[in-house]
Amino acid sequence: MSQSTTTSTVSRVRRRTFLRAAALSSAALGLLACTPQSPTQPAAKTETKPAEATKPTEAAKPAAPAATTAPAAAAKPGEAAKPAEPAKPAAAKPSEEPRRGGELVFAVSAEPDTFDGHKSTTFANIHPCAPHYNYLVKFDPGGYPKIIGDLAESWTTSPDGLTMTFKVRSGVKFHDGSPFSSKDVKATYDRIINPPQGVVSARKQGFAAFSAVEAPDPTTVVFKLKYPSPGALQMLATPFSYIYSAAILEKDQTFPEKNIMGTGPFKFVEYVPGSHWVGKRNEEYWDKGKPYLDGFRALFIRDTAAQVAAVRGERAHVEFRGFTPQARDELKQALGDKITVKESSWFGLIFATFNTQKAPFDDVRVRRALTLAIDRWEGGKVLSAISLPKYPGTLVRPDGPFAMSEAEMVKLAGFGKDGAAAKEQAKALLKEAGVPDGFSFVYKNRDVPSPYEPIGVFLIDQWRKIGLNVTQQSLETTSYFNDIRAGNFEVMVDFTADFMDEPDLELSKFLSTDRSSTNYARFTDRTLDEIYDKQTREQDPEKRKQLIWQFEKRVLDEQAYVALTPWWQRIIPHSSKMQGWNILPSHYLNQQLDNVWLSE
Amino acid sequence: MHRYIINRILLMIPTLLGVAIISFVLLRMVPGDIVLLKLAGDGGRVDEVVLQQERAKLGLDKPIPQQFLSWIAGAVRLDFGLSMWTGRPIVDEIALRLELSLQLTIMASVIATLLALPLGALAALKQDTWIDYAIRIFTIAGLAMPGFWIGIITILILLSVFHYLPPLTFTSLFKDPVQNLAILIWPALTVGYRYSAVATRMTRSTLLEVMRDDYVRTARAKGLAERFVVMRHAMRNALLPVITVIGLEFAFLLGGLLVTEQVFNLNGIGKLLVDAVVRRDYTMTQALIMLTATTFVVMNFLIDLLYVFLDPRISYSS
Repeated sequence: MSQSTTTSTVSRVRRRTFLRAAALSSAALGLLACTPQSPTQPAAKTETKPAEATKPTEAAKPAAPAATTAPAAAAKPGEAAKPAEPAKPAAAKPSEEPRRGGELVFAVSAEPDTFDGHKSTTFANIHPCAPHYNYLVKFDPGGYPKIIGDLAESWTTSPDGLTMTFKVRSGVKFHDGSPFSSKDVKATYDRIINPPQGVVSARKQGFAAFSAVEAPDPTTVVFKLKYPSPGALQMLATPFSYIYSAAILEKDQTFPEKNIMGTGPFKFVEYVPGSHWVGKRNEEYWDKGKPYLDGFRALFIRDTAAQVAAVRGERAHVEFRGFTPQARDELKQALGDKITVKESSWFGLIFATFNTQKAPFDDVRVRRALTLAIDRWEGGKVLSAISLPKYPGTLVRPDGPFAMSEAEMVKLAGFGKDGAAAKEQAKALLKEAGVPDGFSFVYKNRDVPSPYEPIGVFLIDQWRKIGLNVTQQSLETTSYFNDIRAGNFEVMVDFTADFMDEPDLELSKFLSTDRSSTNYARFTDRTLDEIYDKQTREQDPEKRKQLIWQFEKRVLDEQAYVALTPWWQRIIPHSSKMQGWNILPSHYLNQQLDNVWLSE
Repeated sequence: MHRYIINRILLMIPTLLGVAIISFVLLRMVPGDIVLLKLAGDGGRVDEVVLQQERAKLGLDKPIPQQFLSWIAGAVRLDFGLSMWTGRPIVDEIALRLELSLQLTIMASVIATLLALPLGALAALKQDTWIDYAIRIFTIAGLAMPGFWIGIITILILLSVFHYLPPLTFTSLFKDPVQNLAILIWPALTVGYRYSAVATRMTRSTLLEVMRDDYVRTARAKGLAERFVVMRHAMRNALLPVITVIGLEFAFLLGGLLVTEQVFNLNGIGKLLVDAVVRRDYTMTQALIMLTATTFVVMNFLIDLLYVFLDPRISYSS
């Protein structure tokens, strides 16, 4: 049948004319649609002044977090009992009274696989679960790294540093109405320090200095230590150490894995997997008048662009982990005064780990050449504009109480201010190691867009400048863990995500392989082990600091087991309606929400 | 006919068993460790002994054939066990998301069908006119633009132009229909548009072919009005391949809307499947693969049955 049999009353147009018109219309529509700034577009500067960008010629200093950075208030032997102050709403204006009511809505980029904080290692547990619990002691939401009492009213440490005695609050109730006592604290820390059969304690290693917990009367808890540990109080304040009910644990030690029962400011309402988590105000909360919010709702939103859209669309007040600089700028541009930006340094660090069991990375000269090639000051400046890395630093947080002074740091390989000279030194070392023309290797990275991918590009660029031919291989998370644990790599990305300035935690990764399961560089270094053991027992803060620096010098310079990239910045743009929340350098801390309130 | 139906149902068993074996083996061959991800994925430092204990708790220390046998023994009783990641029953996890995915799939299919049939027919009947060109451009654009891009652009337009973002928490249609539609209409339109593009092109090409057949000429020769020629004779025959496309696409959408679910933050089956694969949650992945495979097999079967009703010349009795 011919085409003419199809009846047509419409006049025909020439194909070319029509296509031209259609193309023009589509282009116009496309332009119109793309006018709003997309999350990946670099945004114009906003009214809110972000933390000062690193200047090329001066040391990049971490933006001062809203909290103080005084050395941790660790309890010293023989110290008098300290009255514990309940935390005050840190960011509230003095003239403004916190307003009661409202539901805080926040986005969380991952979901908890378990409700049990003692087992968990992820913020995905803390963000929805922490508002239901109290701690014995905690980091001050308004003055990190000071430690304040939560359920503890006061505490003392014996002169020999081997006994810590806490007085706990009375009149506190669990959400089921049962009374809280020192027995609950004992049951909680027994479970963390010596987990019973079938229970996983993710921080058992960190509590190595503790030998026993006793509850001699309902308001007294005594911790016995094997040796004096300067980090003992900090360990007790870990943000995963939720206080559980002894009566419940006695019946079922696995109860906290799938159930919530705490003394915290919010009671559990519902959890819909994949969707949201809801809590409501605990009307019988021991800290009278708190919490201010009627409740909270955590929305599980994995996709970063969708998280930004949720804040921009005012469906969520905040995301507590942190956004990129572009997302911050986009939100400020779109919402203006409706958005408040808080920034600080962050416990986030990415580094390249060399497999010391594979040639040529078994040669310290090669490893030092690779770390010398990296211009960390320039890197901080460039990367901080597009991603999280910003502050050059060593193994402990650059603005933390144990940080190496800049004068000392610039002496380390690859930390000097003259990047070109360091690269020349690197080339000379390669020549000395017998590879003057460089060599090829694969850098294994994670397939996480920010900050892993920009850091990977930066490192490869730096290494190419000393004649190395580097190929990047991106791995999804499970394959990444598989390869790094099996030693199936030459150079691979590794990371730390701690929640407090405690060198026992931050340095333990770099102990010999028989003492650290996460020493992925796979070295045995008894000198390092010895320095670590000395610092962990050293009571004098200054002497301890010197030992820590010695440790860092060996890891980063003398042996160059790893090559660090700059420490991260934490950027939290949140609805200006949200008040009373203070940014700390860890997204694990200050998540109980008892101080938070909504202005409207 | 009854015999045919029984035979087809029986044939589903070896098909699904084959899918079960292949997917079980392939999943175990992919490198990765759910225990490591759970306990150390966020920088945690956990002893190897603890990791081994957790693996044993999940039964991952047993030989693969033994793991398969215990899984299949549960599956035949429709007991798919617990999610290795959350520890909750898999049936509950899927049921929680099925309503959303099913509703979105139905809405997208309805939108696609409502667009595809009239547009495809119009394009065929007005072949080589500006209407045909416009429809062809509309469909080619739907095929060419990635679903996620259409989704992102939709959200950006809603945000920038209307200062509006659809609600982020799913509400059941039976609880609050307005809220429910406020959430699902945008992804349904996004998916439905793309889905309609395939079906429109299929409708157009099959209808063009059918319109050239002798029986259409005969229908016209006997003086039948053009709309009856098209609706009663041509369209009915042209629908067979279109229904096949729509049916298979329906099965695909039930578990394959990952990107759309991610962009619109929907708690659906597609997101659950990808999360399960990324986390190496073997039990959950296996159950979802079986759900998808069963949907495909059943849809295929239903499409075959539908042929009989649409075309009386087709009979399975012989």
